[in-house]
Amino acid sequence: MGATLTARLAAVTRSLGALAIAATTIAIVLLLLGASPLAVFADLWRGAFGNWLAATDTLVKATPLVFTGLAIAIAFQGALWNIGADGQLVIGALVAGAIGPALGGWPHPIAMLAMIAAGAAGGAAWGGLAGWLRARREVNEVISTIMLNFVAVQILSWAVHGPLMEPSRSFPKSVVIAPVAQFGFYLEPSRLNLGMGLGLVVAVGCHLGLFHSAAGFELRALGRNRRASAFFGIPIARLTMGTMMLSGALAGVGGAVQVSAITHRLYETMSPGWGYEAIAVALVARLNPLAIVPAAILFGALDNGSQAMQRADAVSPVLVNVIQGMVIIILVAFDALAARGIRTTLWGGAEGAGGTVATGAAAEAGDA
Amino acid sequence: MLEAFLASTIAMATPILLAALGELIVERSGVLNIGIEGAMLVGAFCGLAATYFSGSIALGLLAACAAAVALNALLALLVVNFAVNQVVAGTAIDILALGLTGVFYRQWFGVTGSAITISPMRPIALGPLARIPVIGPVLFDQSALVYLAFALVPIVALTISRTRYGLELRAAGERPEAADALGLGVYRLRWQALMIAGVLSGLAGAYLTMAYANTFVEGISAGRGYVALSVVIVGRWNAWGVGAASIMFGAAIALQFGLQAFGSAIPYQFFLALPYALTLIVLAFMGGQADAPSALGAPYPRA
Repeated sequence: MGATLTARLAAVTRSLGALAIAATTIAIVLLLLGASPLAVFADLWRGAFGNWLAATDTLVKATPLVFTGLAIAIAFQGALWNIGADGQLVIGALVAGAIGPALGGWPHPIAMLAMIAAGAAGGAAWGGLAGWLRARREVNEVISTIMLNFVAVQILSWAVHGPLMEPSRSFPKSVVIAPVAQFGFYLEPSRLNLGMGLGLVVAVGCHLGLFHSAAGFELRALGRNRRASAFFGIPIARLTMGTMMLSGALAGVGGAVQVSAITHRLYETMSPGWGYEAIAVALVARLNPLAIVPAAILFGALDNGSQAMQRADAVSPVLVNVIQGMVIIILVAFDALAARGIRTTLWGGAEGAGGTVATGAAAEAGDA
Repeated sequence: MLEAFLASTIAMATPILLAALGELIVERSGVLNIGIEGAMLVGAFCGLAATYFSGSIALGLLAACAAAVALNALLALLVVNFAVNQVVAGTAIDILALGLTGVFYRQWFGVTGSAITISPMRPIALGPLARIPVIGPVLFDQSALVYLAFALVPIVALTISRTRYGLELRAAGERPEAADALGLGVYRLRWQALMIAGVLSGLAGAYLTMAYANTFVEGISAGRGYVALSVVIVGRWNAWGVGAASIMFGAAIALQFGLQAFGSAIPYQFFLALPYALTLIVLAFMGGQADAPSALGAPYPRA
């Protein structure tokens, strides 16, 4: 817990500053395109928080981002560049969606737990595959997780066109999961569900694990200096495997929650890119698990608001991608500038021999 | 039948090959460029838009290259000068490109049902060669970008292995400190590599919209930039290998279209996943880093 209050404030200021610069740039782009930035931002806000239903749906849309954001934060803390949260979420959803219809007759809480466990297992297997390749075969996890994302999408597509397809076989979607496996909504017509609550609990758990456990300490040490970690006897291979499995499990639970709470069955597309968006979420949160929740809500609000913006202003909802990309770029540039004069920058350690991808120091959130 | 399959293979291989040759040069200089998907995408969009508005294929190609070069310049600033994490920066470039092309497409061409189209780049028949049965139309009656892509394979191979520039490039990718100590200028070499890759991925994107689809849809690059990343690995960081791997992956994609049309028992998803699964298998068996440039992916903050 070495970070001073000033350092934390500086980190928060940088995150907010990055968002402000992104918003200003986008306003200029919108002006150039002949759209009114004020109207666009107003509609974004209305769509995200304009009324009770919009605000609750922002929380619903933020839920998968909490899980994928945590997945990225945990992996990045150990300088394991997991770009595969998307595929891990998809496989988690697939396993949960596959067992879901068979859970009829189970007690409600047990069935829901089974869904979550299935999602975690699927995601852990997919993340663990990349972890194994890294730990045992020296395969760059960046490349393997990107490849696994594409393989996962095709497996899901095959499953909903083939073995899991609904009996009428008219659309590529699976059988509805058993009602006992569904989360159910609170305060209908809102779609509020157990998912966000579960996300909060998991975020607290990740925070405790990362900052108050021996394994968390080792992980952060690994992220800061791989060579020194090896020297001090940290079991790097086991830690790499374990972290990638945990990271995958977190994303996989996100997929299972989406099936249990929202879709209740599998479709050809289960993620609009939550695994990639999670990188922006995790960086804005400075890789701090507790800060992941507000950061996820922020990006969930953008996703939710973009629907209203699209209808009212005829601006493509992928404007949200522009914001995400810019926020990441501005944040890493900020960090680089702040670290100028110091030999090792925040996002890239000087160490790099052995062909690892930027075995860099993890973010300053590690001090928190 | 065979002719159609071979022609389709070449058509599928060309954009992958162009992008992968650019990625090869960048990786040999020590930078892992995940942003290649984004560079292809802006190339695809700007090439189509410029051709649509100007009616000129040449201006379209120029715009495609310029846009991809500009995007790579942003990436170079981040990963070379600021020495930020190359994976994070590259992913941001991909997300940004998807957003920018989507927003501009919607703003300029609207959402109305019919997609905008252009008159595409015409195939250029190479005289009597084009009349050879089967391989003639496949190899010698293609768009100029196809000839360029395949002509670049020996050029890039020889440049990297036989020229002074190639030696400097490899030095930057293997031992940046040593290269800098010799006054070779690692920053300059990595910038140059990213600019060359910008031109090549711009052309790769332009091929998609201007020679193949003749239109644009959001995210038209559809992961081909990531396939190019695989091609460089499977080709073991060697231009000849990259050429062979591009043709192999092009054939896998072409096979998928063919089998879908003939109602094969093998699910088409198998072929769509094949390039990625193959890369994983190659990596698992050959070991990830054996032939990779030693400093690949490591930021090099100059002291």
